[in-house]
Amino acid sequence: MNFKNIFGFLKKDNEEERICKKCGQVIKYSLLFENDMICPSCNTYMRMGALERIAKITDDGTFSESDGELVSENIIDFPEYEEKLEKAKKASGLNEGVVCGTAEIHGSKCALFVMDSNFMMGSMGSVVGEKITRLFEMATKEKLPVIGFTTSGGARMQEGIISLMQMAKVSGAVKRHSDGGNLYITVLTDPTTGGVTASFAMLGDIIISEPNALVGFAGARVIEQTTGKALPKGFQRAEFMLEHGFIDMIEERGKLKDTISEILVLHKREVS
Amino acid sequence: MENANITAYDRARAARGSGRPSAGGYMKMLTENFLELHGDRRFGDDPAIVSGIGYIGSKAVTVIAMERGDTIEDRMRRKFGCPTPEGYRKALRLMKEAEKFKRPVVCFIGSSGAYPGIEAEERGQGEAIAENLYEMMTLKTPVISVVVGEGGSGGALALGVANNVVMLENAIYSVISPEACATILWKDSSKAPDAAEALKFTAENLYKFGVIEKVIAETERTTEDIAAELKDYIVNQIELREKMTEEELLDERYNKFRKIGSK
Repeated sequence: MNFKNIFGFLKKDNEEERICKKCGQVIKYSLLFENDMICPSCNTYMRMGALERIAKITDDGTFSESDGELVSENIIDFPEYEEKLEKAKKASGLNEGVVCGTAEIHGSKCALFVMDSNFMMGSMGSVVGEKITRLFEMATKEKLPVIGFTTSGGARMQEGIISLMQMAKVSGAVKRHSDGGNLYITVLTDPTTGGVTASFAMLGDIIISEPNALVGFAGARVIEQTTGKALPKGFQRAEFMLEHGFIDMIEERGKLKDTISEILVLHKREVS
Repeated sequence: MENANITAYDRARAARGSGRPSAGGYMKMLTENFLELHGDRRFGDDPAIVSGIGYIGSKAVTVIAMERGDTIEDRMRRKFGCPTPEGYRKALRLMKEAEKFKRPVVCFIGSSGAYPGIEAEERGQGEAIAENLYEMMTLKTPVISVVVGEGGSGGALALGVANNVVMLENAIYSVISPEACATILWKDSSKAPDAAEALKFTAENLYKFGVIEKVIAETERTTEDIAAELKDYIVNQIELREKMTEEELLDERYNKFRKIGSK
């Protein structure tokens, strides 16, 4: 599908109410969306769905989806996978955990992928890997910059080794895109962990993170159990990653579009 | 393959067992005149990765192996072969050096995965693995990877972006350990044998999925026999790739992964 009007899809006048998990404030969806899905009373960043993100980041009517029809199959015959996929489709309103396409950001054309934590925690199976790989291959050919919003629990165990191999597949496509002199910006959002951190999330020329996003490789509980040590305050948060030199900047949600646009403009090349 | 009555979880136990040589053990059995090279030139030297230069058959090679260690003290020091970012960065440094001197790279994989530690996260475990995947894909020299024990998730793949991946019959290679998988799915780690079946991580399965190119039989064979076949196989695979152009070599590696889970 090529949804020309995402605002229509999201029902801007939605009266449905959401509760902030942090402070308990009840907020009308339309107000919350207007406020970038940030709680107006305690400033907590709620997780954004892929379509909400696309609506906030791209110029109205410019997003054109690619490979939206791809759906996952139970390739290794894993127990209860079909049921999980059905639930995820309902929870997210999407066919899979990433939405890919092209769009304009303040008039600059780019390729875009946005992961969605409502779809099996944004886990990466073969369709997520395939869609992102195709996007990078298209962007390499078209000499387009790629903007990627990550949120993921890591590789999807229901597809076993095939999921793991997507880390190498996508990283290879990112490398070819980079070798072509093209720009890749990643925006890390809460949470970005496991096999996604250990592949394309950490491969951006410029890596931006939302404030307080959980960003890391190993799970906190596994680390505690393995080492028997208490984790330091703020461990694996965006601020921790910035302090240790692994991301370029932390940007507030409301300023992301302008910041990305500035970077895109600065990297514009004359097309001969 | 024979021994159809061996369960996937039996294979996992065999792959982890101390009765079989470690990845480093196989590396040393195969490599003559091995000269160990240490350090990532950035922060430290990770003893979970043993690497250096030497000969496999007549081929001068760079070899990189996970090493779980010997005695209890040695195993603690080597974190049971679970690499820290320094280990992956040392591996990449040696791969880049191999590329410069046109030496093939042979990696030996066998540990439960990348080390989950506070310092490992502080020094960028995720970034280190990502960088290896990214750089290995375009390394302009043949890369052969051997999974001899447990191939644990992203930490194994960080030495596994190869032109050809070969596994021993009882080795496993998985996105997650069967214990962790059972805990997440059924809140019960004692159901690990069921998770092991579901994950389809045996060499036989991976061969069927097209993730690996070769399985080396282990049943009723001595370690010496297995090592001898592995050595012949590696030398042969290197020779095949010496005849390729640089473009063919890199396309082969890219397409090997590109086709996995493609639509």
